[in-house]
Amino acid sequence: MASKPRVRVPKKAKAGDIITIKSLISHKMETGQRKDKKTGEKIPRLIINKFVCKFNGNVVFSSDWHPAVSANPYMAFSYKVVESGEFEFTWTDDAGETVSKKAKLTVS
Amino acid sequence: MKRKALVLAGVGAVALAVPSVMTFAAEDWGQYQVGDKRSGYTFAKAETRAIQDDDFENPGMLWVEHGEELWETVDGEAQKSCKSCHADASDTMKNVGSTYPVFAKDIGKLENVENRINRCRTDNMKAKPWKYDSRNMLGMVSYVKRQSFGQPMNVKVDGDAAPWFEKGKEFYNQRRGQLDMACKHCHVDNAGNMIRANTLSQGQGNGFPTYRLKWQKPGSLHRRFRGCNKQVRATPYKTGSDEYLALELYVMYRGQGLPVETPAVRN
Repeated sequence: MASKPRVRVPKKAKAGDIITIKSLISHKMETGQRKDKKTGEKIPRLIINKFVCKFNGNVVFSSDWHPAVSANPYMAFSYKVVESGEFEFTWTDDAGETVSKKAKLTVS
Repeated sequence: MKRKALVLAGVGAVALAVPSVMTFAAEDWGQYQVGDKRSGYTFAKAETRAIQDDDFENPGMLWVEHGEELWETVDGEAQKSCKSCHADASDTMKNVGSTYPVFAKDIGKLENVENRINRCRTDNMKAKPWKYDSRNMLGMVSYVKRQSFGQPMNVKVDGDAAPWFEKGKEFYNQRRGQLDMACKHCHVDNAGNMIRANTLSQGQGNGFPTYRLKWQKPGSLHRRFRGCNKQVRATPYKTGSDEYLALELYVMYRGQGLPVETPAVRN
């Protein structure tokens, strides 16, 4: 499905800091509402329906997405830093394909 | 009763006049305004401008990255990539975005970045040309023009390009379509005014290929031309056609001095 996702996580932070995590992925997000202009048949829905962010294996943020989400979806959220570790971001689409990306965070 | 109505009408007129004067003088647009020329950036909403300003958030950058990959990808019978001949794009493509379209002596006509890329692909790489608004073409054009990011537009309109420039100017001022409107009626006479729910811009080309939120992907300047022509109910020309090449030159000339913004983000 989607090609390389992009995530932005600060490399270093202090414990107790609230950081902003940004993500962007390229995806068509076919809504399932459109018709093929030539045949008149509905184009089946193919969207990313789940976005999950784990930190050291525990889910810290997750969201279900629906057809109103735009193509090339951007998602940002805040996170309160506790310890050093690794984020893992996972996008899952209707075809069951997943794309994930990892990013490290060091507490200084 | 009559007197009251008159007074009310008077108040209404004052209330209408004040904000329009204020919005006109208030903003300092920095590099996005050169004299009377204002980039489409200055007509966009603050939320849209914020998306463009952040390289991370700007979805057009996904296409720039795709172009960067293609730059190094070998294609065609000649087993070449762009990089084989042009080496480092940040060096060799530095002035392309701000100076194209240019008159190409070897083919005897005006050429924009899209057509130049396809000529390179067919002649030098022996590869299939890309479709005008395909993902690969948009990616490559975005990547190439991005190398001129921030440079002032500086197209050449004299010499061999002069007849093309004149043709483009004529196109710009020529009424067309069932609505009998020329480009200038919106983008010169009414820039800054509303057209139904949208603000008309000056129609500058310095941010193309532009990521349009409505399109949910980037689009070429010629796609935009086709959209405008359809809206005045004229039959649009083909992307990459001589008519639109001439118009592209004139539109770029109108924005002379504005910075290259590729990939810009608009509504």
